[in-house]
Amino acid sequence: MDWLNALLQGVLLGGLYALFAAGLSLIFGVMRLVNIAHGDLIVAAAYLALVVVEATGLHPLASAVIVVPVMALIGYGMQRLLLNPTLGKDLLSPLLVTFGISVILQNGLLVSFTADSHRLAAGSIETASIEIVPGLAIGILPLMMFSASVLIIWGLELVFYRTSLGRAFRATSDDAEMAQLMMLDRRHIFGMAMALSAAVVAVAGIFLAIRTNFDPASGPARLIFGFEAVIIGGLGNLWGTLAGGIVLGVAQAIGAQISPGWQILAGHLVFFLVLAVKPRGLFPRMD
Amino acid sequence: MTPAFSIERSTRASRLTAVLSLGVLATLAAAPWWAGRADIRLLGEVYSFMALASLWNLLAGYTGLVSVGQQAYVGFGGYVLFALAMFLGIHPLAAIAIAGVAGALIAIPIAPLLFRLQGAYFAIGTWVLAEVFRLVFAQVSSLGGGSGASLPAGIVTGIAADRALREMLVYWTALAIAVATLAFVVMLLRSRTGLALTALRDSEIASESLGIGIWRTKFLVYVAVAGFTSMTGAFIFLQKLRISPDAAFSVNDWTAYVIFIAVIGGIGTIEGPIIGTILFFLLRETLADLGTTYLMILGAVAILVMLRAPKGLWGMVVERTGLTLVPIRRRVTFPK
Repeated sequence: MDWLNALLQGVLLGGLYALFAAGLSLIFGVMRLVNIAHGDLIVAAAYLALVVVEATGLHPLASAVIVVPVMALIGYGMQRLLLNPTLGKDLLSPLLVTFGISVILQNGLLVSFTADSHRLAAGSIETASIEIVPGLAIGILPLMMFSASVLIIWGLELVFYRTSLGRAFRATSDDAEMAQLMMLDRRHIFGMAMALSAAVVAVAGIFLAIRTNFDPASGPARLIFGFEAVIIGGLGNLWGTLAGGIVLGVAQAIGAQISPGWQILAGHLVFFLVLAVKPRGLFPRMD
Repeated sequence: MTPAFSIERSTRASRLTAVLSLGVLATLAAAPWWAGRADIRLLGEVYSFMALASLWNLLAGYTGLVSVGQQAYVGFGGYVLFALAMFLGIHPLAAIAIAGVAGALIAIPIAPLLFRLQGAYFAIGTWVLAEVFRLVFAQVSSLGGGSGASLPAGIVTGIAADRALREMLVYWTALAIAVATLAFVVMLLRSRTGLALTALRDSEIASESLGIGIWRTKFLVYVAVAGFTSMTGAFIFLQKLRISPDAAFSVNDWTAYVIFIAVIGGIGTIEGPIIGTILFFLLRETLADLGTTYLMILGAVAILVMLRAPKGLWGMVVERTGLTLVPIRRRVTFPK
């Protein structure tokens, strides 16, 4: 029963990893950019939620009303000011600029909030659970996170394939110059993609803050988990990313069951295993 | 009949540089006689960063392999040195060389795996690799597990009879590693492989159609860089005398600083990482008291350079003056 329980927790944790991954996957799909500061943005969103909750007394989940739009704005600004000027030349410049952003964010958070770890208290919802069969229970909060990530991925798919913004994303992704000729302003489209990514990051940050302790140095690990979920799932496939997150979550849960030191390592090893056996991921869609 | 043209590599500036470098090298080699003990230590650190930055630059600037995970090999080299010295009683200076070989060997199975990741995803893949190394070494209890280990005093005193001689030997080792690394980078870039790298950088498709093995070239460079990086890592932790997984595989110490050095000096140039290292240490010695703020300044400077002068300081000098200090390129000259 312990193992079954670990498996179930792993699946639910996978939902959170898919959320980490969705924003990363989105901007890679639209502009072939890998944002090294992605994890630090998630942690920054967690701190923002902390500040909002402390200032307004809102419930952590309700803080999304403020955190999501603020993060989206930050994302848009960051893209227009710092990243757009570097795009299109080579792979190095945008990568190193996001690396610089990551260093600044981490140390900025350290200066403002010290290295102490924080956590958002969500009240009774944290401990509430449903018992499926005797001895096997699902926490309400993990279930909510999982459902939220399924909803968000579904929403992103809708945006991508059913809206004019999504059409602009796909057009720019296929051929940025041709899209420009069709009156699509590439700079704005990229800004919108980053804003959307940052909005997902905001939700991921709030859930992260409720689920575990976080500190200014927690960002890189979130980036790595999100990245692993993307690669395991297969590039360009958001549902694949969800599957990748679940595979990663289950691997970590099983690793932790063997020995606590093995939790994260087991996830990395599964990632390398997938890379060795199926280099394009489990469910690739993009070439 | 005289040929219609000739290929020239060295320029007057480069010949002058070669002579001057020999002078500088001789002066630096004599540092134990003119510099204080603290300066010698600092110079040792300068040499290791110069080596790390040149190696990273060879990967990212010339081979197109942008890695944010070279700390994997720095830490690996350090741990190999500790293991060899503590368990097999091998002389630490010999262990540095063995660590280099071990680093290259372990990179052989790793490279094909990482090369499956394209472009920017390769970068994060290298980071995952470094994390795997960190977590694995944290599990090795005979090397102190998560809290790390110190090099036993007996091993340190075993390097040489008295303290002064020991410090000199360690210093010269650092200098030798830096010189060997720079020589390796220059020779590689002047060789056929170097020509292949230049072609790759300009167009992968065109160079492949001319029969250049892209994969093989990248593989060779990656493995060689891993070996030299491990060697440098082994030296770094011999100088520190203490190793722990978090210090050995730190992304800040062994990648963020190194990238900063290469970016401000000039990526894709030989001179860039050398100039960058000098600038970095000047900045560090003046601003290090600022602590976290100092790191934020480094990040901001790196972003600014990437946005305004992506070729770095040396790239700007070259653009203005056309100066070449280290002859890598070939020039065609016609007799007058």
